Amino acid sequence: MTELPLIGEAIADAPAARRLAGARIGVITFPGTLDDRDAARAVRLAGATPVALWHADTTLGDVDAIVIPGGFSYGDYLRAGAIARFAPLMAKVIDAANSDAKLPVLGICNGFQILTESHLLPGSMIKNDHLKFMCRDQILRVENNSTDWTGDYQPGQEITVPLKNQDGQYIADEKTLDALEAEGRVVFRYVGFNPNGSRRDIAGISNAAGNVVGLMPHPEHAVEAGFGPESLDGIGGSDTEGLGFFTSVLNKIVGDTK
Amino acid sequence: MPRIVVDVMPKPEILDPQGKAIVGALPRLGFTAFSSVRQGKRFELMVDGEVTEEILAQARDAAETLLSNPVIEDVVNVEVVEA
Repeated sequence: MTELPLIGEAIADAPAARRLAGARIGVITFPGTLDDRDAARAVRLAGATPVALWHADTTLGDVDAIVIPGGFSYGDYLRAGAIARFAPLMAKVIDAANSDAKLPVLGICNGFQILTESHLLPGSMIKNDHLKFMCRDQILRVENNSTDWTGDYQPGQEITVPLKNQDGQYIADEKTLDALEAEGRVVFRYVGFNPNGSRRDIAGISNAAGNVVGLMPHPEHAVEAGFGPESLDGIGGSDTEGLGFFTSVLNKIVGDTK
Repeated sequence: MPRIVVDVMPKPEILDPQGKAIVGALPRLGFTAFSSVRQGKRFELMVDGEVTEEILAQARDAAETLLSNPVIEDVVNVEVVEA
């Protein structure tokens, strides 16, 4: 993908940077996907190489991780994510996520909806309890930093990233919710305000192995200074708190580069 | 041409936000007799020729796998309607 050059790109020719850039992270585009470019840019800002994948592709290529970005795949027809789930490439994603190699997969917003429809993650999303589309900067608490996508955060760390959705109310039956809590699979919780009526303030969850993570808010929109969310505390510095998702998976792929 | 009708409803235990909005709007038009509304979906699957048991089984399968999400919805009816 051709993009604006990144600040500091010229000096990225150190051996560690080359190792990072060797990590290939696929970003899937479905008809109606909205945030694939931002997700690819976030991958590049973290130091890895984004690989554009198309829903009708029949192979994943040799990617080391997958991001399923937000948007309105197939216009949200039937149910959000329901038709995308049966795209040819999704069969490969499901196999790779469940394989022994446990390919890291991140689903953001519509990508989260696609992951629940694919049964890679439990539960489902229904319309926001207040029935309105909501767009705001949202504080999240990182409840589990041992997943493939959250290793660079501290447990309990609060981050601010944008949230924008209409079908964002996470629901599951009580038994499933209890199991998610007991197994530490509630990865993110809304702090201060529940923007959509999600059960137990859940913003994001993972599978049992921690390689598949889905959340409604958008970390890929908070990766670049000057373009992230307004600082909610008025002090500043919350611009890039979403970048940790992408550096976390990169550390997981490349090994310890810190 | 025969049709197979599939009706899908939100599960009873799940609050239906759309139904809630509709029940709020009804009294404004003078419809005061309705205490709650639940909104579902109706699918019509056209079949060329006769609806065999096998085709009906396919429709039931499609209803459970694609037309509904068992986490939030129930398939409440699958029936053949002659045109």
